[in-house]
Amino acid sequence: MAVAQPRLPGWFQWRLPSWPWRFTWAYLVLVLFLPVAGMLLKAAGVGPQGFWEMATSPEALASYKVSFGVAALASLVNGVFGLLVAWALIRSRFRGQRLLDSLIDLPFALPTAVAGLALSFVYGPEGWLGKPLMQLFGLKVSFTVVGVGVAMVFISLPFVVRTVEPVLRSLEKEQEEAAWSLGASPMQTFFRVVLPQLMPAILGGVAQGYSRAVGEYGSVVMISSNVPFRDLITPTLIVQKLEEYDFEAATVIGSVMLIFSLISLLLINLLQVWGQRYQGSEANN
Amino acid sequence: MAFTIPPLRDIKPPRWVKPSFNFSAGNWLPALIPIVACLYVGVVILLPALAVVVQAFAKGLGVFLANFQSEELLSALKLTLIVTAIAVPCNTVFGLAAATAIARRRFRGKALLLSLIDLPFSISPVVVGLMLVLLYSPSHGLLAPVINSLGWKIIFSWPGIVLATIIVTFPFMAREVIPLLEEEGWDQEEAAKTLGATDWQVFWKVTLPSVRWAALYGLILTTARALGEFGAVSVVSGNIRAQTQTLPLFVEDAYKQYQTELAFGAAMVLGGVAIVSLLLKLLVEQLMEQDKKAARLDQEG
Repeated sequence: MAVAQPRLPGWFQWRLPSWPWRFTWAYLVLVLFLPVAGMLLKAAGVGPQGFWEMATSPEALASYKVSFGVAALASLVNGVFGLLVAWALIRSRFRGQRLLDSLIDLPFALPTAVAGLALSFVYGPEGWLGKPLMQLFGLKVSFTVVGVGVAMVFISLPFVVRTVEPVLRSLEKEQEEAAWSLGASPMQTFFRVVLPQLMPAILGGVAQGYSRAVGEYGSVVMISSNVPFRDLITPTLIVQKLEEYDFEAATVIGSVMLIFSLISLLLINLLQVWGQRYQGSEANN
Repeated sequence: MAFTIPPLRDIKPPRWVKPSFNFSAGNWLPALIPIVACLYVGVVILLPALAVVVQAFAKGLGVFLANFQSEELLSALKLTLIVTAIAVPCNTVFGLAAATAIARRRFRGKALLLSLIDLPFSISPVVVGLMLVLLYSPSHGLLAPVINSLGWKIIFSWPGIVLATIIVTFPFMAREVIPLLEEEGWDQEEAAKTLGATDWQVFWKVTLPSVRWAALYGLILTTARALGEFGAVSVVSGNIRAQTQTLPLFVEDAYKQYQTELAFGAAMVLGGVAIVSLLLKLLVEQLMEQDKKAARLDQEG
């Protein structure tokens, strides 16, 4: 990879930046920085005490519990099954593999409102799965926390599969064969040789899926009953606060979510750096 | 690096390896994995997707087509198309400009800037809508005096919907094109410039062709997301039927009003778009592969 620098780097050649550069920054300011700064400014106007009180009101705390808790469960479930699906896509050959592969991308492509509609029908009281689940196990999915979880699982499945796939493909079979020939059982080989190498990718995918699930609105709002203290997620709480013209509370809770997404962005980047270092060291040896 | 080979008797398997040569326990596992994977994806993804199709056509094609006589559905469809037609070109221009501006420069904070561009991926769409309300709302917005004196209407109107869509979808294009440009380097542009091409010519004749598939890929992703955006738009649109309601909002609203057929009809339209975008994506991926292969052959020959 040759990255030739056409001009002297540094502060010597200070001149008016190029048009794309100016346009990029103007666009970013208008579309991203201005709205973010505006909200943080509004939040700062509330004052630290008011901020804390509104951010930790019982209603808000209950919604965090649903949003962050259920999303954690959903992304853990997908951590396990995502690895399994990636494994099936890379390490085995079977009929319908192509179909499976393209189905994985569907949650990315399907508008969330459509996903919400489909899920609330399938898991509804008269739905394909909702009815048998109710009759067999007495489990009500639609309009409960379980439904919120189902929607979050749907939304966050592709992330783990798509981050694990390339790493799994690039693994060297020789290492596993070496472990086998040294007498390790398949289980030992998997847990001691394969899994550690996949871990950065799995965690990265789980983190991405988690951050998406926490912020998800469209599909969850249709399958949950949106009752506070039961299955109300934080984004829906923000919308409700806005509908009640309680702009301050909405701002504060929105800022909490913004801070969360900044932190998760940082975490995801760190995980990526970790993963690259892992792969890099592998390539050097 | 010099290293010594330990004498053979010192080489032992690691402590955790129990010598055993019985692999039969693992034989059923490789066969089981695809089955479990298919079952899981079938229940989680395929079943809901099929439900949309089945429900949309449950009462026959006639009922499905009758949905399109609904004025409200048509106006929602129209608004969605208009919003997409504005947002996608804006984001395409931004994505290409940002890629040419950022990818081949080294500057402090580049990594930070790149991850800030990713922010809309990790932020809740509702928060995006909230930000716009806090900025442009005529009663509570920070910019309310400016907006009101200009007589603009942004929130609860189409400009707000367009803005929300733009914010949610702008990273896709930049994200696809930047890594490619970083990888390819400056050489060809340099050559074109020394041969006397203007910046504009370099962009059209060298840079853009070299990233065309990635750009197309980004365009598909942007369009699919712009057509389907729900959360951010629902906060800023006001959700007035036949006026500020986009198609995804219409799906939810119709479902809430127990107009199940209308809801599934509209959902089928959006789902059809999603499937088309998936197919296009596959196609572009294949073209990309072919290009790469051709480039490799070129280098070898």
